Amino acid sequence: MPRIHSPAELEAFRKEIVSKRDPDRPCIAVCTGTGCLALGAAKVVGALREEIKKQGLESRVDIKVDLRETGCPGFCERGPVLVIYPEETCYLQVQPGDAGEIISRTILGKEIIDRLLYVHPVTGEKSIRESEIPFYKNQMRLLIGNNIRLDPKSIEDYLALGGYSALPKALFQMKPEQVVGLVKDSKLRGRGGAGFPAGSKWEFARNSAGDTKYVVVNADEGDPGAFMDRALLEGNPHAILEGFTIGAYAIGAHEGYFYVRQEYPLAVENVTIAIKQAEDHGLLGKNILGSGFDFAVKVHRGAGAFVCGEETALLRSLEGKPGEPKARPPYPAVKGLWDKPTNINNVETWANVPLIVNNGAEFLTSIGTEKSKGTKIFSLVGKVKNTGLVEVPMGITLRNIIYQVGGGIPGDKKFKAVQTGGPSGGCIPEQYLDMAVDFDELAKVGAIMGSGGMIVMDEDTCMIDVAKYFLNFLTDESCGKCTPCREGIRQMLKILTNISEGRGKEGDVEMLEMLAETTRDASLCALGGSAPNPVLSTIRYFKDEYDAHIKEKRCPAFVCKTLIHFYIDPEKCQACMICLRKCPANAITGGKNVIHVIDQEKCTNCGTCFEVCPSRFGAVRRLSGEPVPPPLAEEARQLAERVKR
Amino acid sequence: MSEICLQIDGKEVKATETMTVLEAARAAGIAIPTLCNHEKLESYGACRICVVEAETSGKPRLVAACVFPVQKDMVVKTRSEKVDRTRRVLLEEMLAHAPDSEELQKLAVEYGADKDRFEKEASFCILCGLCVRYCAEVKKKDALGFVDRGAKREIAFIPEIAARECWDCKECFPLCPTSALQAAYVLTEALAFPAARRRHS
Repeated sequence: MPRIHSPAELEAFRKEIVSKRDPDRPCIAVCTGTGCLALGAAKVVGALREEIKKQGLESRVDIKVDLRETGCPGFCERGPVLVIYPEETCYLQVQPGDAGEIISRTILGKEIIDRLLYVHPVTGEKSIRESEIPFYKNQMRLLIGNNIRLDPKSIEDYLALGGYSALPKALFQMKPEQVVGLVKDSKLRGRGGAGFPAGSKWEFARNSAGDTKYVVVNADEGDPGAFMDRALLEGNPHAILEGFTIGAYAIGAHEGYFYVRQEYPLAVENVTIAIKQAEDHGLLGKNILGSGFDFAVKVHRGAGAFVCGEETALLRSLEGKPGEPKARPPYPAVKGLWDKPTNINNVETWANVPLIVNNGAEFLTSIGTEKSKGTKIFSLVGKVKNTGLVEVPMGITLRNIIYQVGGGIPGDKKFKAVQTGGPSGGCIPEQYLDMAVDFDELAKVGAIMGSGGMIVMDEDTCMIDVAKYFLNFLTDESCGKCTPCREGIRQMLKILTNISEGRGKEGDVEMLEMLAETTRDASLCALGGSAPNPVLSTIRYFKDEYDAHIKEKRCPAFVCKTLIHFYIDPEKCQACMICLRKCPANAITGGKNVIHVIDQEKCTNCGTCFEVCPSRFGAVRRLSGEPVPPPLAEEARQLAERVKR
Repeated sequence: MSEICLQIDGKEVKATETMTVLEAARAAGIAIPTLCNHEKLESYGACRICVVEAETSGKPRLVAACVFPVQKDMVVKTRSEKVDRTRRVLLEEMLAHAPDSEELQKLAVEYGADKDRFEKEASFCILCGLCVRYCAEVKKKDALGFVDRGAKREIAFIPEIAARECWDCKECFPLCPTSALQAAYVLTEALAFPAARRRHS
């Protein structure tokens, strides 16, 4: 490994790397991020490697092919994802069995394999290049766009794409104060949740008294269903490391930590490799690039506590103490890790830094809304066709994200709400779909940006059930230190459980609101401060559902099991025996030509009968808030005389 | 150490920079209720019964007086509709666990808290942490600690240490605002100490 001693040497090294690369040489990039790995990407890579050998490409002089394992490009729904360069042909849902054809037809024959292309579900139109697929076309991928273009374990790949050009610029052409000023001018706001201006945070830490200061990457991404930071860490760790080093220089820190959650082994692996490579190349450690600036970075693995995403809890955990939040002020910028001034930012925030240093503050301020600049990565999940990671400019509408990028709701069901901001976010109803997505607009409607979780819900979702789900998560994940968070969530969850099980009573909603207020306003940290959001936002927009559950003991979405019953309409039942056989509780009686009846005593409300009853019969009905009609008399159940449909 | 001025309940109060709102108020003879606070222990900020309304810049918000540092020209209200309501709900939440605690009952009268507002879940402990922190900070023995988190959080003696240290100490007993601590100790003793004690004596 050559140790690089100056920016000039770095540029020479970069030139050397680029000169060795033939831009026309075919390269197959396969996503081996966690999502695609789960879908079998490793086998696809193995099969491709095998085929390259089998079809004799290794010994050929006229044609060479590269095989690159990359991080997540975002389209998890259609994984394993594969892109072939230089044409940028994008194949989706690739299986190991496709490998032979990919080599023989696409690499050697320069042919497109139609069946592996993206097909538009409505128009039937096929897209060849990645950038033509609607999912990607409507995004602005400044941060995750490079994921498919580089092997995260290769510093040379990052350098070849222009990586580590912001670092020398900051170290040699700018004073630390200027870097802080630049980040302030860019109006970058923290991507971890609260959206605090990153430049101001840096300035506080920089101006705090003391020689020893620390910087921390908060990679304790814990929101259920959110994986923005994981994709960045796994897919492009050097970009974060570069931003982190620039930040350390700006703040005056010589030690830094990546606090990565335990559940992200691949992220830990790739970041650790990246640190080692950067050290070996003189881009990290003592006297970086000959600038005289020292910066050492360590990786610390979290121990599985959601609350450690909160900065004061994270710092305590890093110190080896229980991960419980501490009162602020004093803020970490004044008294942080081991009581020294500390600056802590989310992964995505750090990832923005090289972009700003390279392209200027205006680059970021030209994107987004007045107070929220740049892009935001969301993990778009739930009842949406294209689940995955999406990076969009701030200010895009929810409708655009869900329908243009996300492709709409599967099965053409009706949209009901979108939940943003993780477990302590809020549910936004249809009337706000055209709202511009930024920090302040989301807060106005009772939700939060959070770290970028976005869960789409359709008409089959019960909002009481949703609120219950998130509070259930929070009651486990609250550290339990302060009363309003620990007890408030406990009591709110009890009330919600009662409501969903038919024990709701007059005054429950008011009681929820009172508990929510105390939890929100009196809690020690942001976890408690935002924990009531799922309750408050569902009360605000779906009060009718609360009323239905409490007053009529009815669950309009047919989700709350205690409040629903399944019933076979004797007029429609064809005695086909399907539901009878499938019922796991043996609760259905009947027989050939004997109309089926559900024994309500035995029924567990699992809904299997409803799902399996042929749609042309549609005999199984869901009932809620109304009595189940009495079963037919035994003698009336014979179907013989009725003409079978 | 520089002196700063702030206002508490309409009264001009002088305080030093490093003081908390609670310390400044007490120095000025203004009472704020506390449960998890103790003069020998580091401020903890957990029970939140000491919440007050503080206005530093802009609109007033609730802060825990025991951990919030005084700031120049801040305006503090130790009682207001919001403060009282919050304390009432907090007390009701705690009373669900320790309905017979005299300390809680006294406060309940003052704030109109109904001890039967929430269904009883008699753990007897309100997790103020006085025992845990006293043992750690003053005695430096760590004979008991918190286990689990969230709604499942509880205090527990560590039998190996407790068997060695607790017999001749028990200084944490009178600190407990409920009777939970003693109960936990007796249970630990019953389950784990007898053998250990016999071995030692």
